[in-house]
Amino acid sequence: MKKLINRPQDVVQDALAGVALAHGDRLKVHTAPDYIVRADAPLRGKVAIVSGGGSGHEPLHGGFVGRGMLDAACPGQIFTSPTPDQVLAATRAVDGGAGVLLIVKNYTGDVMNFEMAADLARDEGIVVESVVIDDDVALQDGRHTAGRRGVGATVLAEKICGAAAERRRPLAEVAELCRKVNAGARSMGVALTSCTVPMVGKPTLELGPDEIEFGVGIHGEPGRERRPAASAHDIVAALATAIVDDLPFGRGDRVLAFVNGLGGTPLLELYVVYNELHTLLASRGIVIARNLVGSYMTALDMAGCSITLLRLDDELAALWDAPVVTTGLRWGA
Amino acid sequence: MTAADQGTGPGDGSGARREAITRGDVVAWMRAFAAAVARDRDHLTELDAAIGDADHGINMERGMQAVLGRLDALDALGELAGGGVGELLKTVGMTLVSSVGGAAGPLYGTLLLQMGSAAGQASELTLSDWASALAAGVSGAQARGKAELADKTMIDALVPAAEALQAGAASGLSLAEALRQSAAAAQRGMEATVPLVARKGRASYLGERSAGHQDPGATSSWLLLHAAATALPAGLAP
Repeated sequence: MKKLINRPQDVVQDALAGVALAHGDRLKVHTAPDYIVRADAPLRGKVAIVSGGGSGHEPLHGGFVGRGMLDAACPGQIFTSPTPDQVLAATRAVDGGAGVLLIVKNYTGDVMNFEMAADLARDEGIVVESVVIDDDVALQDGRHTAGRRGVGATVLAEKICGAAAERRRPLAEVAELCRKVNAGARSMGVALTSCTVPMVGKPTLELGPDEIEFGVGIHGEPGRERRPAASAHDIVAALATAIVDDLPFGRGDRVLAFVNGLGGTPLLELYVVYNELHTLLASRGIVIARNLVGSYMTALDMAGCSITLLRLDDELAALWDAPVVTTGLRWGA
Repeated sequence: MTAADQGTGPGDGSGARREAITRGDVVAWMRAFAAAVARDRDHLTELDAAIGDADHGINMERGMQAVLGRLDALDALGELAGGGVGELLKTVGMTLVSSVGGAAGPLYGTLLLQMGSAAGQASELTLSDWASALAAGVSGAQARGKAELADKTMIDALVPAAEALQAGAASGLSLAEALRQSAAAAQRGMEATVPLVARKGRASYLGERSAGHQDPGATSSWLLLHAAATALPAGLAP
């Protein structure tokens, strides 16, 4: 294992120390329990938005803390959900009296830890709403599993809900908006290589040199099926078809297309993917009205990408365009 | 209910053996579990790598190290020996909830917290009390994780273990024998997860591909019950 780390067990703490030094003007990094808050929190009268999850997906979630997006993020250990005391402390730190929205990715651990935190916060009189994101179409049957995973739609929900909260929309509306984004978004990913968890020291997924994993999760967990490596054209066709057919997206739909790198894939290849996606969607009469291309929700050093499509209306498009000032996303300000 | 209520006090014909569980026994249990988790850390992580995300051993070790740290801190303050069994179980539960993360943190945390609630203020618990507390803890973990038997989770080891302990208590087994049978039931439950297709947790994403692997959560649960069978009776010397 070659990584730019010191002791594997210190990776998250060492990185948080770096974040504090690099962005101390805009972010406050609290340790024990660990959470990142925007420096001007709490904002009186503004709904606060808190998210979090295992580390290893950067810039998600800490890189999305700031004006127009998250008020706080709770980083867990690598690929391990944060604990309830982290989420509770972050919730207290950002509550400006208008309530707190917890945006939770649908993984067993995340859901349970955020549920426990929400119960504790409510006991303290903080008004909390919780929305679980589950946009991954790789899992076809949600009834006999832990349900679909929360992937790319999380980034879009955090941006759109952050903009609505900045406009002083009330908690119930911001939470409803979050559910609307989740309902209108679908994603799927592909891994070309495994990631390596520092504490484990070897690849999580055994992928042969000519194999790719379709429907991979963002923790290196195996996906829907293993296939032989293929061209970008064929890979995008398979991913996009699964996504489009699932919602389904149809002729005349305006969408936000999000091509996300999983950490080990160059931007050059992500634009190759975007080109293929644009052509395929155009042939089906689906219009890309907004796009995001880059590595925003990663799986450590995994090579590969995910595609997320979100059906847009004027409200969602306007909130997407609204100013955002975070280390991971920044425009309009 | 106290030990005396169960007729296990001196002069009741059961000899000089103490058939009750104290705070000191809970400490011994937790130390034994921590040692087992540290010893089997890589094994738990390998089981998790096959059908999950390769962190179960790491997370459990971090949690049990935090528990040991908490026990040492209480010891330094002279607060380890006094007080109720339930309070100590709750302390362990809260420490796990705030240090393990993932699914295992809330599940093991809830198990210990609910055991603690059921144990109440008593300074020692009979086998029957202890079996009731374990059953309450297992119910709590099951409610938290919403898992059923045969979903290929820790519940598959915990439920049979709790049932065996209650059966042992009801049929008048000694504490040592009842704990041994409980651990054996956990082991059978753990081994029975191998052919199952996971329906909860990250392993469920694999569908049929999860069959043929032993569940890491059931494995750490067996370690917990096995530690109880070895550590708890050890404290019961006359």
